[in-house]
Amino acid sequence: MAAKKTERLLNLVICLLATRRFLSVQQIREAVPGYEQGSEEAFRRMFERDKEELRDLGIPLETGTDSHAHDDEHGYRIARRDYELPEISLAPDEAAVLGLAARLWQSAPLAGATASALLKLRAAGVDPPPPPAALEPRVGASEPAFTACWEAVRDGRALSFCYRTSSRPEPEDREVEPWGVLSWRGRWYLVGHDRGRAAERVFRLSRIVGAALPIGAAGAVTPPAGHDLRSMVARFAGAEPRSTAVVRLRSGAGWELRIGATAIRPDGAGWDLVDVAYSDPERFADRVTGFGSDAVVVSPPEARAAVVRRLRALAASLP
Amino acid sequence: MTQPGGSLEQLPRLLALLPYLQGHPGARLVDVAATFGVTVDRLRKDLDLLWVCGLPGHGPGDLIDLEWEGETVTLIESAGVDRPLRLTVDEALGLVVALRTLAETPGLIERDALNRTLAKVEQAAGAAALPAGRVEVAVAIEASPEVVATVSQALDDGRALHLGYLVPARDEVTERDVDPMRLLLVDGRSYLEAWCRRATAVRLFRLDRVQTVRVLDERSTPPAEATPRDVSEGLFHPSSTDELVVLALSRGAHWVADYHPCESVEEVGDGVLIVRMRVGDRAWARRLALRLGDQGRVLEPSALAEQVRADARAALSAYL
Repeated sequence: MAAKKTERLLNLVICLLATRRFLSVQQIREAVPGYEQGSEEAFRRMFERDKEELRDLGIPLETGTDSHAHDDEHGYRIARRDYELPEISLAPDEAAVLGLAARLWQSAPLAGATASALLKLRAAGVDPPPPPAALEPRVGASEPAFTACWEAVRDGRALSFCYRTSSRPEPEDREVEPWGVLSWRGRWYLVGHDRGRAAERVFRLSRIVGAALPIGAAGAVTPPAGHDLRSMVARFAGAEPRSTAVVRLRSGAGWELRIGATAIRPDGAGWDLVDVAYSDPERFADRVTGFGSDAVVVSPPEARAAVVRRLRALAASLP
Repeated sequence: MTQPGGSLEQLPRLLALLPYLQGHPGARLVDVAATFGVTVDRLRKDLDLLWVCGLPGHGPGDLIDLEWEGETVTLIESAGVDRPLRLTVDEALGLVVALRTLAETPGLIERDALNRTLAKVEQAAGAAALPAGRVEVAVAIEASPEVVATVSQALDDGRALHLGYLVPARDEVTERDVDPMRLLLVDGRSYLEAWCRRATAVRLFRLDRVQTVRVLDERSTPPAEATPRDVSEGLFHPSSTDELVVLALSRGAHWVADYHPCESVEEVGDGVLIVRMRVGDRAWARRLALRLGDQGRVLEPSALAEQVRADARAALSAYL
């Protein structure tokens, strides 16, 4: 059954690639095996579905009429220049890079897309060597909303979804004009214009509840020029420094703070004073509190107070 | 979605198979099947199908023609399918973004080869790659270029490395010699997988935690039992023999359930989640609990809860 259909579709592609003239539906029915049986109506339905399948595969069906045609009926053909992958020739080092890149994606839809892209390129004569055992690049996109967000960005189409934030108990409906998706520190983010809030916003894909649905026409969204996805996400995730704290660290401790420090100087026996930039005092206090009595915030007062509040709550928690 | 083996899967394969066979006369069936990711049996069925397709008329000169010799195959007549189909937008974007991601990690791949490949792929993709300029899909990789370059060099030259490596759970920088095995880029972070001579086991070293790195004169010689771990299901697999830690998380600490593998996550009202997780290192759990402040509470084990309270009291004394 499936083989019969594949056979018919392949014959259809071969037929439409071979013709220079536009072929009418009747001419196609006569030329392509598999269409001959059944009523005219059944054939028309079958042909409609077949056209749809070819277009889904990215096969460019051209419709039109030849200038000398006698009737108005549209015909079909496949223009070689639109169908065929252009010549591509890769040097050995380029083919190796391509082979590595094609292995990067670990999840749908991009893992399948790059695998089929690689097959087409192999069919065009590109021959990537076996991937090096010493390098394993992987990017996952396990968030269920990834495919919908990717497609919305790709197609320039608005998106509607239900979104959960830590500040509100119930998820809320959002309508977003997407500008891009970014994987940052292993998490995927959607950046765009939030229609309800009339402002640019960053969303974490893992916080989208249920299905994200496209709304409106494809191509309706054009991202504004000059926005910087990366810095928007970094700001959202609290990575852009806004203030500097002075922290007293026990020698040989507080390494994560030391690594990001802008200055370190000794402060008596067994202690150092360390300058650390931070963006949000609460998140900064989380980091410092993790070091227990090995780290003491000296200034500013907002960061100091945030740490003290945490420690009081922890010390007073019920056994 | 498409059925496995349905036309949406088979037809693209057949359309790529024809030009592929044309470029590889006398190809071995087993090699072709491996390239296309199918069984030899499936490939034979594909070839049987090609055999009966062709140009309208379907006369002897119109059909696709294949010549078999033992376990090899040669395409004689292609019926005009001489080139592969163009890349779709997903195919083009998938490759272009992947190439740009590799470019994100300086020191990993020679920049010049990467740029040349990117330019050629974009050109071959034509209009399908256009959204890559209009929209942004990006993967950010964090690592110091010097560390990546040194580690790549050691892997290329088969040399052992000396690492000064931060272990955050113990808040200490450890010194160790390792035999590098491979470099992993996983979910925005880069790791060196290596045989650690100190731990006498395979370890993953996150490159942004490498404080110092030095190539040693010795050769890298991971022992036979050093096998690369399967990273397809994520990097870290908590062991069921690790200690069970139960935490109550308020809204500000819900991220813990997103970031760490949990055995169970239960919502108990008022925005509180109860998570059960296996923890290999008590020191790590202690730091996590301190870090969560008033947004998290240790329910089990009680010794950990008591430890965290004592830590907090000791830390608080410095502020009073």
